[in-house]
Amino acid sequence: MNKRIVIIGAGQAGGTAAAQLRQQGYEGEVVLIGNEQVPPYQRPPLSKAWLKGEAAATDLYMKPESFYADKQIDLRLGRSAEAIDTSTMTVRLDDETEVKFDHLVLACGARARALPNVDASVKGVHYLRSMEDASQLKSTLQQCKHLVIVGGGFIGLEVAASARLLGVKVTLLEREPRLLSRLCSETLSAYLLDLHQQQGVTILQGAELESMTQENGAVSGVQLSDGSVLECDALLVGVGSQPNIELAIQAGLECDAGVIVDEHAQTSHPAISAIGDMTQRPVVGADYLLRLESVPSSLEQAKQVALRLSEKPVANAELPWFWSDQYSTKIQMAGLTAASSRTILRGTLEDGQFSVFHFAGDTLIAAECVNAPRDFMVARKAIANSAKVNLDVLTNTEKALSEALI
Amino acid sequence: MVTITYVEFDGTAHQVQVEPGNSLMKGAVYNGVPGIDAECGGACACATCHVYVDDEWFARLPEAQGEESGMLEFANEPQTGSRLSCQIVVTPEMDGLVVRMPEFQS
Repeated sequence: MNKRIVIIGAGQAGGTAAAQLRQQGYEGEVVLIGNEQVPPYQRPPLSKAWLKGEAAATDLYMKPESFYADKQIDLRLGRSAEAIDTSTMTVRLDDETEVKFDHLVLACGARARALPNVDASVKGVHYLRSMEDASQLKSTLQQCKHLVIVGGGFIGLEVAASARLLGVKVTLLEREPRLLSRLCSETLSAYLLDLHQQQGVTILQGAELESMTQENGAVSGVQLSDGSVLECDALLVGVGSQPNIELAIQAGLECDAGVIVDEHAQTSHPAISAIGDMTQRPVVGADYLLRLESVPSSLEQAKQVALRLSEKPVANAELPWFWSDQYSTKIQMAGLTAASSRTILRGTLEDGQFSVFHFAGDTLIAAECVNAPRDFMVARKAIANSAKVNLDVLTNTEKALSEALI
Repeated sequence: MVTITYVEFDGTAHQVQVEPGNSLMKGAVYNGVPGIDAECGGACACATCHVYVDDEWFARLPEAQGEESGMLEFANEPQTGSRLSCQIVVTPEMDGLVVRMPEFQS
């Protein structure tokens, strides 16, 4: 099959799809179009090693710049797609060029969700999505006195940790009564609250940003919904992401919270696939389609599309998983917690090493593991295999978790 | 530059030059060597950069630390020479190192 494949979006999904196509022996033309000025790179280090000055741009690249030409991947950076014409099978770029495709892979990702009461053009105000955003945030962190973070999700928590390690005063505002309330157990929320407070972060829960103030073109403070005022000279907003589905909608693809795809990354149009943060996809452990904003999910979809277009056998569906590093704490999560009806704790929070297991009835459906890599690896397999669990052994830290599997 | 040989499960050998300071994983991924997935990009969170280090080299490498040991125990098909390649920083002393990849990373 020597179709010309055009990939719109050169992030982790798009970059991996291109590389995987060649790895699978695909010999047709591959065009990879990205709107950033750098080749595909990893985003997770942007809130961690990058901010702490421990990584350079090239350390984050998924492949060296020379890789793309070497593998005959036509990489076009700094270009964005403006419109897709499914009747002529062309994409029109922002420089007026028209790129013809036999098959199109959309990997447009997501952008940081913007708050209407925040003026991002003001000095010291940041969102975090791209390397460019991270560069600007890094500069700010090197000289600011007080960073206010809006959002107690993973972006907010990871940046809080990095900022504290840089000696910056941090106040984090979380709108819900607890951190990560939509995703994690109360146990994990409580652990993270304590972890960050111990490291000197001021965390205000049930606190919402009302407005920001500025002086001489730079952010000078925030006012909260309860009327209280905080002075600050840096503001980071991390309140979720918005999928970049405008192009997909314009092309007439079926969309909901994201572009609807099947387990092979196929959209409602036979010549168009979609992968990564922009998609709403079938997920192991859910009986509805989900927008799973994670690197493992994006990589899995990139492989799905590469295998399909290379006419290779499909891979087994993967259980969703996720990781986050905050200070020297490693958090690993396997499975989805949404259907969880009860949780069981293994280990203690005081030890700083524990796992929270989520059950739907008697079935283990998810695990949150803190500094417990063995538990994570065992739980991941157990959940994927719908293994039955002996609860007495599960909570007995004298025994290996693997012994709890029946 | 340090010469590292990565051997795929089917025996295909890839001899590449890796700059010291990069991880063994980066050396493979950057040079397009198949068989190392490195899903988490080197964060010691996924165990898909698993390699088998040849006997003569294994003792010469710095030992695996706690996090890596924990992940390794449950990597796919662990053996005595198992290591997570993202946790091994390439040094000039590793010139000539040979590592083998498992059949599958997960």
